Amino acid sequence: MKEIIIQSKTSFRSSLKEIWDYRELFYFLAWRDVKVRYKQTVIGVAWALLQPFITMVVFSVFFGRVAGIQTSGIPYALFTFVGLLFWNYFSNSLSSASDSMISNRGIIQKVYFPRIILPLSSTLVFLLDFICALILFFVLALFFQQKIYIWGILFIIPALIISFLCASGFGLVAASLNVKYRDIRYALPFFIQTLIFVSPVIYPVSVLGKYQWLWFLNPMSGVIETARNLLFMTSPVNWGLFFSSAIVSLLIFLAGIWYFSKTEKWFADIV
Amino acid sequence: MKPVIEIKNLSKQYTIYHNRPSYYSLRDELVSIFKKKDSQESFWALDNISFDVNRGEIFGVIGPNGAGKSTLLKVLSRITPPTKGKVVLRGRVGSLLEVGTGFHPELSGRENVFLNGALLGMTRKEISKKFDEIVDFAGVEKFLDTPVKFYSSGMYVRLAFAVAAHLESDILLVDEVLAVGDAEFQKKCLGKMEEVTQKQGRTILFVSHNMDAIQSLCDRAVLFNQGVVVFDGAAHESVSRYLNIGNSGDLKNRGDRRGSGAVRFTRAWVENEKGEVVVTVSSGQTIRLVAEYFVSSGNIKGDFDVAFAQPRSTHGQLSDLSPATSWGKIADHGKIICELPNVPLNVGVYSFNICARVDKEIADWVLDVATFNVISGTQPIYGKIPDKDQGCFLFEQKWDIKS
Repeated sequence: MKEIIIQSKTSFRSSLKEIWDYRELFYFLAWRDVKVRYKQTVIGVAWALLQPFITMVVFSVFFGRVAGIQTSGIPYALFTFVGLLFWNYFSNSLSSASDSMISNRGIIQKVYFPRIILPLSSTLVFLLDFICALILFFVLALFFQQKIYIWGILFIIPALIISFLCASGFGLVAASLNVKYRDIRYALPFFIQTLIFVSPVIYPVSVLGKYQWLWFLNPMSGVIETARNLLFMTSPVNWGLFFSSAIVSLLIFLAGIWYFSKTEKWFADIV
Repeated sequence: MKPVIEIKNLSKQYTIYHNRPSYYSLRDELVSIFKKKDSQESFWALDNISFDVNRGEIFGVIGPNGAGKSTLLKVLSRITPPTKGKVVLRGRVGSLLEVGTGFHPELSGRENVFLNGALLGMTRKEISKKFDEIVDFAGVEKFLDTPVKFYSSGMYVRLAFAVAAHLESDILLVDEVLAVGDAEFQKKCLGKMEEVTQKQGRTILFVSHNMDAIQSLCDRAVLFNQGVVVFDGAAHESVSRYLNIGNSGDLKNRGDRRGSGAVRFTRAWVENEKGEVVVTVSSGQTIRLVAEYFVSSGNIKGDFDVAFAQPRSTHGQLSDLSPATSWGKIADHGKIICELPNVPLNVGVYSFNICARVDKEIADWVLDVATFNVISGTQPIYGKIPDKDQGCFLFEQKWDIKS
């Protein structure tokens, strides 16, 4: 017979086991988000393609043509598209994770489950968006007749894992703050929008010259830059940048989990 | 055998911040560093609660608004943690604080059954196994693939309840969910709940304002008031005590009244033959419905009548009682008494409304002035008292058998 003890304090280890017990709910919530987003298949897919495509066109015109950013021989459209692939996954996941508590308020107030499932599962739907955009990337590569290297394609998996860790780490903290302070949700999009200019989505890492260490501040820069170098093989990979991204992302993720589980039990009272 | 639900010294404290907007922002927090502290106040929504519930019981929880019933359910279903104390739940818990939690309007009925089932704690396998049964219970076969936003509210509720009713948990925590849906469906739900406990030995903790449902479903009920357990015992006793809390009988401050005001009722109550105020009466006992009044404008001729109602039920008004002839001139102060010999009412909770007319014009009319609880009694003139759900009136009867 299963025995549940409810007390004022619960142990962290038992909550980890619980997340595992609720893995089916995790799946169902992710499935719900996918279903709702892709309910009208045409619009769902079109949106996943249009968002990066239009941004790419705008960036190509202004940064590629007008500003004339040097991309060591790669068509600027492809260059920026690689950045957008990961950046969109990161920013969409981050904002939907941070909003997940508020948008699922009705469930939180009425049913018990480990709350952490909500922000984590809400990032999964953007994997599908990522795949749609990735296909578009290959089409574009064909169009520009740009050679793509297999190591770059294989690298997409670890790159996605790091992006996920980073986005959900920030997302968990933001989700928790969002419950308490309702202005976070308005401040966050501004923060994300600004961050795109401090990541190598638009420029190559080399553009900063001797201030290149600045890139280490943004964990997404290692992901984007390494993916680009491996896909096009035009410049050597900066493994230091990559590993620092990976380690920082992991730390952010752990910090997010820690902060979230410290605050989650009060969510139902104040959300 | 150990109790299924064991609650020991459970307390839950909430803090209220005065002057804090419901939309609280980081900006407010930063500004408040430089300001004097928010005045805050804490109160105990649950204050040192202890009781046990045994296997197979349908256990009622009643009490006035703000008594702590919902907080108790939230703590038991682990939505919010207690401040002090401990609860042990032995078995799988399903909580039904709302029907259709997590229903998404864009998803079809079929998809929502799976989503809602998963939220209530069912595995995918269990839902698939019970799917046909759920759909059958709800009666929405034709609309399974329609998004629920196109459902009528009745269909929506039926489907939502059907999922919950098929939840295989050892302990089911139920809040007011039966207050929704049409009368027929409510009956079906109550039946389903009874069936579940009797056949499968499950335990139900049932919070409700529907005293009739509490009395017919539960053997035991606990009465809460202001965060503490006031009474824990037989359901009808709990219900009677609950009615006592609300029944001060004072009508002076009732704003929800109609009429010209030429006559005003000040108090109303139910008493027994000896003139003692009562809340609990047995079927077939003689009772009096009494109301005090005063006349506010000179000499008038008044008429009074009393209407019976069964509160918060679908039966509406049961009857209307008024004297056959007019009273003529009435005194300035007085009380009007309506005696009902061998009251022909079956088990249930009843209330009455009272109305005064002056020259056929309503002078004062107040609803639900007093509530009383009829419990089973023996009164030979009514034959064998029927089951509660067989009707609320009793008739004098003479039986004969001829050959």
